Amino acid sequence: MWLPSYATPSERLARTLVVALAVAVLLFLIAPLFIIVPLSFSRDPFFTLPVREYSLRWYEDFFGNARWMNSIVNSAIAAVLTTVLATTLGTLAALGISRPDFPARRLVMALLISPMIVPVVIVAVGSYLFFGQFGLTNTRLGLVLAHTALATPFVVITVTATLSTYDTNLTRAALSSGAPPASAFFRVTLPNIMPGVVSGAIFAFATSFDEVVVALFMTAAEQRTLPVQMFSGIRDQINPTIMAAATLLLALSIVLFAVLTLLTRQRRA
Amino acid sequence: MNFSQKVSVVADVPADALVRFEGVKKSYDGINFVVKDLNLNVRRGEFLTMLGPSGSGKTTTLMMLGGFERPTLGHITLDGKPVERLPPEKRNIGFVFQNYALFPHMTVAENVAFPLRYRGIKGAAAQQKVQEALGRVSLDALGNRRPAQLSGGQQQRVALARALVFEPSLVLMDEPLGALDKQLRERMQIEIKQLQTSLGITMVYVTHDQSEALTMSDRIAVFHDGRIQQLADPETLYNEPANRFVASFIGENNTVPCTRLGAEGDVAVIRMGDGSTFRAAGTDAVGADGKVTMSVRPENIGLAAAGDRPHVNRFAGKVREVFFLGDHMRLTVEALGGQLVTARIPASRSRSFASGDDVVLECCVSSCRLLEA
Repeated sequence: MWLPSYATPSERLARTLVVALAVAVLLFLIAPLFIIVPLSFSRDPFFTLPVREYSLRWYEDFFGNARWMNSIVNSAIAAVLTTVLATTLGTLAALGISRPDFPARRLVMALLISPMIVPVVIVAVGSYLFFGQFGLTNTRLGLVLAHTALATPFVVITVTATLSTYDTNLTRAALSSGAPPASAFFRVTLPNIMPGVVSGAIFAFATSFDEVVVALFMTAAEQRTLPVQMFSGIRDQINPTIMAAATLLLALSIVLFAVLTLLTRQRRA
Repeated sequence: MNFSQKVSVVADVPADALVRFEGVKKSYDGINFVVKDLNLNVRRGEFLTMLGPSGSGKTTTLMMLGGFERPTLGHITLDGKPVERLPPEKRNIGFVFQNYALFPHMTVAENVAFPLRYRGIKGAAAQQKVQEALGRVSLDALGNRRPAQLSGGQQQRVALARALVFEPSLVLMDEPLGALDKQLRERMQIEIKQLQTSLGITMVYVTHDQSEALTMSDRIAVFHDGRIQQLADPETLYNEPANRFVASFIGENNTVPCTRLGAEGDVAVIRMGDGSTFRAAGTDAVGADGKVTMSVRPENIGLAAAGDRPHVNRFAGKVREVFFLGDHMRLTVEALGGQLVTARIPASRSRSFASGDDVVLECCVSSCRLLEA
């Protein structure tokens, strides 16, 4: 990182500029943090910086309001169900396409991860029109299914990556020891690809919990999720409760990211 | 290289066969056959090695026997029952994999106990069997360790214990010693062979290491190009290779092209590239236009002794390379019409060689073998 003592002045200048630019980019990336977090603790009902007086009133408002509480429960239920479905489906898909004799692997992989690439609004409109025919719009099931489509690619990618370093002879060793295929999977394969499965599950949870576009299309008032509630909150009555909600979402994201980092570090060790 | 397709397979007595391959072929893409028409009987209680270069079909054959690949054509019987459609978990075969394939999330003892779970052996009975199996490979004290805490050789022993703990009648091994250093490999070879003999189990062993095959095996099947080139005990394989591939793959061999002139009893008369006449064993090899190959091992070529001797082929040449290897010297000599012939000569202080020296060498008629061109 630091230059040796024999560096020329122009080298020192170049290095200083690179470091300054890097710091500026990093600051830019986390800048919203410096606005949202202080505002959520402000006593003022208006968005004014710097904060004059700190209080927890917007958090009280958040936790005391049935609408916010309802939306957080909705989000949690949808995210948990999505995580279970997406993790199961994504892991199974990854196991399949990782077999050496799987035909048309690239094509199938491209199809599986297409929900990640297609603009979300198109997925949302598509889901709305398609699920409408089965009466699944404005239902929790519809939301979970649409979110599962968005979240599964993350699981496919993380589990496929883990499987690429998995020694298939472990499964063979389990089979030749007399384990039926299902038992070999749960006792040998799954424990060894667990980091990939858990990373995928975290991504799936975050995808569903943070998602607003599909949720806007697929939910009515009763299934309204936290991001949707925030979105309509901004339009209807602007008040700093939304900053409290945003700060809480941020905290959750940081926790999930920390777990993820720990997992990948463990895998490398 | 274009080796002849002559193969030599010793006829087996079917009664003592534990495993039979009958007309087995395997192709992954439907066009190229990795295994072409395999017929092989593995006798009960024998140590059979499948030896060959990579891509020769030996590992595919082992995988078919283990149940991880299905033959495209043909039949495999195990203990008289057809098994080509039987999944691996129902075959009751011990398998030792190339990179040990120990379960990293289990302790050594749990690894070894794993096969017992599926045979209804639990609790104290299982524990006793695990201890027994670990004792057999001298790892009694390490049951609580994780595989990652063991050395390569110890991991290999655990894999062996796991394959033996349920007392299978057949154990398959896929290059199990490939990752170990030379000294450890040699010790493990002897240990595995001793275990196999004392437990009376049938072992099918895959390797590309010929010295490993020669050390351990009762019989060796040499694979090349999807076929068994020769199936024989180590001594026969070494001394009487059936074709040029086996001759050059097992040990070191000089293969010299020559022309067959005729026979004198059970000895063939051949003309070498420089016009001289040699005699060689193996009279049945006849190629087109009488073109044949003579093979002779470097250790069977010596400096010509004084005086005339019967039953030797003698030839003169020019030394091209000399290597001193302690107990012996390797001479590469240009002779027999531009051929490079390698000779292995006991080192002596009385005579030294240099490149360009003229030498006269000789080899016994019985050590010269005639093979198809």
